[in-house]
Amino acid sequence: MGMITMGGRTATDIRVGEFLDSFVKRVEAMPLGTCPIAVQLSLLQASSVQTCGKCTPCYAGIPRIEELLGRVLLYEATSADLAEIRRLAALLRDTADCAVGYNAGDVLLRGLEEFKEEYASHIESAACCDGVEQAIPCVTGCPAHVNVPGYISLVHEGDCAGAIGLIRKDNPFPTACALVCEHPCEHRCRRTIVDAPLNIRGIKKFAVDSVAADSVPTPECAAKTGRRVAVIGGGPSGLTCAYYLALMGHEVVVYEARKALGGMMRYGIPAYRFPRERLDEDIRAILSAGDIRVELEHRIDRAEMAKIFDEFDAVYVAIGAQGGKTLAIDGSDARGVESAVDLLGRIGDGDYPDFTGKNVAVIGGGNVAMDCARTAVRAGAKNVTVAYRRRLEDMTALPEEVEAAIAEGVEMMTLQSPVRIEKDEAGCARALVLQPQYIGAVKRGRPAPVTASKPEVSIDADIVLIAVGQDVQSASFEEFGMGVKGSYFLADEFLRSEGCEGVFVGGDCQTGPKTVIMAIAAGKVAARNIDDYLGFSHELDCGVTPPPARLNDRTAYGRVNIAERPARERKCDFECVEEPMSHEEAMQECGRCLRCDHYGVGALNGKGLGQW
Amino acid sequence: MVKLSIDGCSVEVIEGTTVLEAARLAGISIPTLCELKDLNLIASCRVCIVEIEGNGALCAACNTVVNEGMTVRTNTPRVVAARRGNVEAILSQHRSACTSCVRVKTCALRKLAEDLAVGESVVSMPAKGAWDASFPLQRDESKCIKCMRCVAICEKVQHCAVWDRAGVGPSTGVVVKYGLGIDEAGCALCGQCITHCPTGALTARDDIGYVLDAILDPEVMTVVQVAPAVRASWGEDVGVSRENATPGRLASALRALGFDRVFDTDFAADLTIMEEGSEFLEFIGSDKPRPMLTSCCPSWVRFAKLHFPNYVDRLSSAKSPHQMLGALVKNTMREEAEASGKKKLFVVSIMPCVAKKYEADVPELSTEGGADVDAVLTVREFDRMLHLFGVDCAALEETAFDNPLGLSTGAGTIFGRTGGVMEAALRTAATILTGEPASLEACSCISATPETPWMAKELDVAGTKVRIAVASGLANTAKLLNALDAGEVEFDFVEIMACPGGCVNGGGQPIRFNTEQAAERAQVLDTLDAAETLRMSHDNPDIPKLYDEVLEKPLSHRSHEWLHTDQETWNI
Repeated sequence: MGMITMGGRTATDIRVGEFLDSFVKRVEAMPLGTCPIAVQLSLLQASSVQTCGKCTPCYAGIPRIEELLGRVLLYEATSADLAEIRRLAALLRDTADCAVGYNAGDVLLRGLEEFKEEYASHIESAACCDGVEQAIPCVTGCPAHVNVPGYISLVHEGDCAGAIGLIRKDNPFPTACALVCEHPCEHRCRRTIVDAPLNIRGIKKFAVDSVAADSVPTPECAAKTGRRVAVIGGGPSGLTCAYYLALMGHEVVVYEARKALGGMMRYGIPAYRFPRERLDEDIRAILSAGDIRVELEHRIDRAEMAKIFDEFDAVYVAIGAQGGKTLAIDGSDARGVESAVDLLGRIGDGDYPDFTGKNVAVIGGGNVAMDCARTAVRAGAKNVTVAYRRRLEDMTALPEEVEAAIAEGVEMMTLQSPVRIEKDEAGCARALVLQPQYIGAVKRGRPAPVTASKPEVSIDADIVLIAVGQDVQSASFEEFGMGVKGSYFLADEFLRSEGCEGVFVGGDCQTGPKTVIMAIAAGKVAARNIDDYLGFSHELDCGVTPPPARLNDRTAYGRVNIAERPARERKCDFECVEEPMSHEEAMQECGRCLRCDHYGVGALNGKGLGQW
Repeated sequence: MVKLSIDGCSVEVIEGTTVLEAARLAGISIPTLCELKDLNLIASCRVCIVEIEGNGALCAACNTVVNEGMTVRTNTPRVVAARRGNVEAILSQHRSACTSCVRVKTCALRKLAEDLAVGESVVSMPAKGAWDASFPLQRDESKCIKCMRCVAICEKVQHCAVWDRAGVGPSTGVVVKYGLGIDEAGCALCGQCITHCPTGALTARDDIGYVLDAILDPEVMTVVQVAPAVRASWGEDVGVSRENATPGRLASALRALGFDRVFDTDFAADLTIMEEGSEFLEFIGSDKPRPMLTSCCPSWVRFAKLHFPNYVDRLSSAKSPHQMLGALVKNTMREEAEASGKKKLFVVSIMPCVAKKYEADVPELSTEGGADVDAVLTVREFDRMLHLFGVDCAALEETAFDNPLGLSTGAGTIFGRTGGVMEAALRTAATILTGEPASLEACSCISATPETPWMAKELDVAGTKVRIAVASGLANTAKLLNALDAGEVEFDFVEIMACPGGCVNGGGQPIRFNTEQAAERAQVLDTLDAAETLRMSHDNPDIPKLYDEVLEKPLSHRSHEWLHTDQETWNI
């Protein structure tokens, strides 16, 4: 026996590692609008790199499929070529020795199924399907298509008011989105390729923290049209629609069932995430635009809907998803059991609960569950526990929400399925009984929990908050004649209500509970389409033009994150948890923007940014 | 204002100016390919790259905006090497078939390759792409460098958006929109994509061979005519200065090519005024829907038919001048031809135009004499023929056009520029209505320019209010027609020319990369007009003669048979 070394990873492997990070970043920044067949080919090329060269279907098959797939991509393939790809991919899946090969075959075959139309289009029409076209990642990723590079450059040049004006061209809630947007704009940010995605929400927050949105005047309204539109629901979607309709010169009446405007931004999102006075800044600005009349505490029943339908020229229904789903478990009728929606709803009107000394259990793993848990902490609870059926990483809540809750002392009990709530003699909740789970096979894209052969566990719980989803209270509208499936409204792609001409519907009540920005986007789409329905084609001018692009700064920087107040301090009050971004931080962050509206593909098709 | 330094020169420009424009203002030339001023700033070719102090990477001058204190270097070794590298890369995907390429002398890519001393490409050249060889507009995909200038000009200036960008990643290129055939894509055949193509990817169908065959055929009498705008530009590609490229020398050049008769489309332009002018005088007294539209631009007629079909019935029924002249030749010269032993008449039109290649083939324009025009050559083809025959144009003596279809007035000459047809029509219409010679100044439409959507004017002619408008360029035309649709404007008579600036900027004119020559060429026509003693079409002495001997009077039965058409029946 000679001498041995530690072996394993070589120095080259270590050096390659850094480049693999670049590989990951490339994938993360895959432009929206990329042809699915191109993605399939690049996956296959990665497989080709990974093959060891031992097995026939892998070393001989992959290059042949690559060649054929390359021809499909260039519209040069025939349906016989496609059949050959399918045959070779099946051979690869069924006969390769290891995952490098058989997974490549499997992914390819799944792609052939999933992208059937795209393959057919490449072969039969020598073209990609509609919608396959690269565009500006952030603008395309934002449901409301806000001109992100435009407002970032305005902030960079010191014009925060201009930035707010430009945001409002597509989204009248700059403050709301600065504080609570899930920022899908950042997901494919091209800057990721260089260092990390821009903190777009952070830059917007800097803008609205520097200049209050309601101090920036809204644009002039178009001449009065004499048309009247009713908006039912004063949440993000309804108010967005009302704002644009008013700018177009229509008369708008907003009917809101609750005491104040804002919808889930007031009655769902806790004040520590979105302080009410900040929400009011956006609402004041919106109401300052044109002819908008608001009727508060005015719930619309079937008869009134019929009356509105007759009296107005068009209606936009955006009533949100205001009903809390319940859990059908024993003891859910106990006192102390409350739905998340009800709890957060009454807080919206200033009715804060006092949980001093109580044990609070929250059921659910979404953002609303985190909102409840963190609210319970602030309401003085002794212990707050979140019980969730899957693992931490499976929670639908944003990771930063989960982290923040943990930092504030919330206990996460994962892989625990609620079984029943135990009551005391007085009918008050006493404990939550949970059945442990283990994580199993992936079903419909998510690993599913499986009941573990472990005994039930019981946790003390005086208060049980149920955050397992929301319903739409659509019954009276369904009776009126609007199409509904489940509890959600039915609408076509133009948000026209199924079954009621002149009625448009959008936001959470049509899509199920989603995000603020999606509700805003629906309101914008509805406004445009209502304008069209009324026979107009108003073009709105926000009066702001983005400054010319600076040269790209190619230096790699760290991403500036928004700081939060220390957990031990913030958990004692309902004040905003986020700290403002400093000027120097904001400027560095703005300077990372690659101005994709000007450079790269934006030079080809960034021109449409001026219009809707 | 922003101050910067380019190659050591201090330059001051207004904010928002690009480095490229700033350099141009300072007289510093930065080579470009894809850039088309104000229209196409996609920065794709990476030829106009420059070095900017403090910025590690090279920047495209065409889409980089100047900053205060910026220091730009346009010709450092690093810049030149990179520029050369990019031209090499472009050539690796370009079919450099220069010897047979009609753009060999005017190709911007070839010039750059020469200037940058780019060697032979080591990559095999792409194969020629497929195309319908009979269509007047020809495209050779293998010569396309994906600069997208055609896409920009067609969409932004000419409203047609025939071309589009399509494909995936490296295979992205220019296609006819929606993958349509070129004959079904709404192409007006203005040819502006051709004159703005930096290479030979876009050309007009070459009909030189067809014309040569006719000249060589002893049984054929060849009759050639030249459009008004040709006299403004024909010298450009054959080395004759504007001063020396006179109509007389042009007539001699045509004779040098062996044509049997050399006529002037200007005569037919005068005839058009008599026909169209008379039509307008009838129209103005009628309650027909306004406005009447000129019809002498076949690209405009195509555009109307393809994009604004509801306006086709408002077009003047007058054929375009060269078709009129062709019809006259075919219907009146048969005996003369036969007397000189020729069995057939073959009419060739030298035109600044691509659409006229289409028009000549429209079967509905034929009369009992056959097709009015047998072949249309662009000015570029004409100049190539002069090279082919080795004609030393500058040394030619001046000669007159043949008669009776060779004499013309200044009014016929200005047909070649935007506003010219309207101006010529007004001169005659006003004279007829008032009974005394019209004021040339009052009729002037010289202020028409493609820089504004249209020029409008109101004249009081013998107590009749005449509201006229002139537009050139098809995007401008679309704006005007949309304004008419919306009731925002009302006119009685509207002149449209498809090419911005009119025929002087036609799609069949000589090409100079990134040099717009319309204004200079229009000046040539205006100078010729001013020098004429006869400046009104009705003063052309051969016109009344023609009516007396052949046509009887404007809008007569025979005029209608030979000189008018119903554009609605044209097949596209």
